[in-house]
Amino acid sequence: MSADLVVVGAGVVGAASAYFASLAGLRVVVVERGALAGGTSSAGEGNLLVSDKEAGPELDLALYSQQVWREDLAEHAGLWEFEAKGGLVVAGSEHGLASLRALSVHQRRCGVEVRDVARAELHDYEPHLSRELAGGAFYPQDAQVQPMLVVAHLLRLARESGAEVRTHTEVVGFLRDGDRVKGVRTSGGDIPAGAVLNAAGTWAGGVADLAGVRVPVLPRRGFILVTQPMPARTIRHKVYAAEYVGDVASSDAALQTSPVVEGTGSGTILIGSSRERVGFDRTVSVTAISALAAKAITLFPMLREVRAMRTYLGFRPYCPDHLPVIGPDPRAPGLWHACGHEGAGIGLSAGTGKLIAQALAGEKPGLDLVPFAPDRFPDDEEALR
Amino acid sequence: MTYRMTFRGSVVPAQPGQSVGAALVAAGILDWRTTRQGGRPRGLFCGIGVCFDCLITVDGMPDQRACLVPAGDGMELGDDEEGGRAVHA
Repeated sequence: MSADLVVVGAGVVGAASAYFASLAGLRVVVVERGALAGGTSSAGEGNLLVSDKEAGPELDLALYSQQVWREDLAEHAGLWEFEAKGGLVVAGSEHGLASLRALSVHQRRCGVEVRDVARAELHDYEPHLSRELAGGAFYPQDAQVQPMLVVAHLLRLARESGAEVRTHTEVVGFLRDGDRVKGVRTSGGDIPAGAVLNAAGTWAGGVADLAGVRVPVLPRRGFILVTQPMPARTIRHKVYAAEYVGDVASSDAALQTSPVVEGTGSGTILIGSSRERVGFDRTVSVTAISALAAKAITLFPMLREVRAMRTYLGFRPYCPDHLPVIGPDPRAPGLWHACGHEGAGIGLSAGTGKLIAQALAGEKPGLDLVPFAPDRFPDDEEALR
Repeated sequence: MTYRMTFRGSVVPAQPGQSVGAALVAAGILDWRTTRQGGRPRGLFCGIGVCFDCLITVDGMPDQRACLVPAGDGMELGDDEEGGRAVHA
């Protein structure tokens, strides 16, 4: 059989792309070497954030994705525990608060909703917050989903529109006609296709290599601590320290931690975030998780009395310029990419999938894809270090 | 000697070295808290301190893992108050 589109990777970006492409009438086959959401999609917190993004293409994509989550996907929101909880960013010092206010001025110009929160108002938002903070900002657009449910339901809905999903099927090469990509070779046989979408997340660089093109997606490790269940609404919003924004944009290889704390529907509290460049090393770092715990306690002193039950880690797929790769690859016509969303892939997946489907159908995408071009990186490896 | 603990008005005997969870199960008590959604019964699951399913209040201290706390003579075991001291202090 042949397909209009083969999607490589059944993470959240592949699932969203398959969903929108199927809705657009394309015959879609999704191939995944492991299980659904088996990589980074099941190793994060499920954030749909605009608050942590500075003005620029990533914020544009985040705002576009907000619209897709809340309009195109609104009828399914209950399936994946969509919760418009809002984000509260807090600053520990007057200096930090001034930086936060400056950031929010630029964000408002781009269409982000931000409410300045004075020191005295913080406890109306979060009763258990430290009394030592200088102030904060509330972002009502920030939301949360359960990412594994998103993947499972988007793929189910795609199948109802005619898509096929093949798990435990690994791409081992491409069918070619000169430079042109005409399908994939997999561990389960060849699949001819009009187009192939590389949505392999942190492993997308390897898939691109098989096609002879370079897409520099690299792993950045992050840990999350999970506490024992707490009563509902113990922590009401996604709460994080203003320093997180700077850490997200950083390219430093060394361990960085900034406190990010939020509750879940099952009562557990998730504590992030750490980031470090250590390849695909899955060793649990006591240094990293100790730092997470200590910093979470600075925001919420009552967490000192709460036990952590477990920890998990994931590899965020990042590109050197911290922007994802979205669109057709002119170096290998027929090959498309949707990868490299770093720690924001859950939130950005909805917009990415819709944009890919629009572009594949030959329509003008709802957002300019030029900043996300696959061939935007310099050839010089050293320039990427 | 046999220890005597109390749970919901009943005496629960325990041997020295037994965990609170083991003593409850030996006394035929298989669940001692309920889930937040649906109120389903919960007791021992992993039995080794990992899953946090067996939380119980021991001598007024909530959120103790029954599988890890050694039984003691005169212990008062109570229904768990989720979140414990952290949010109810």
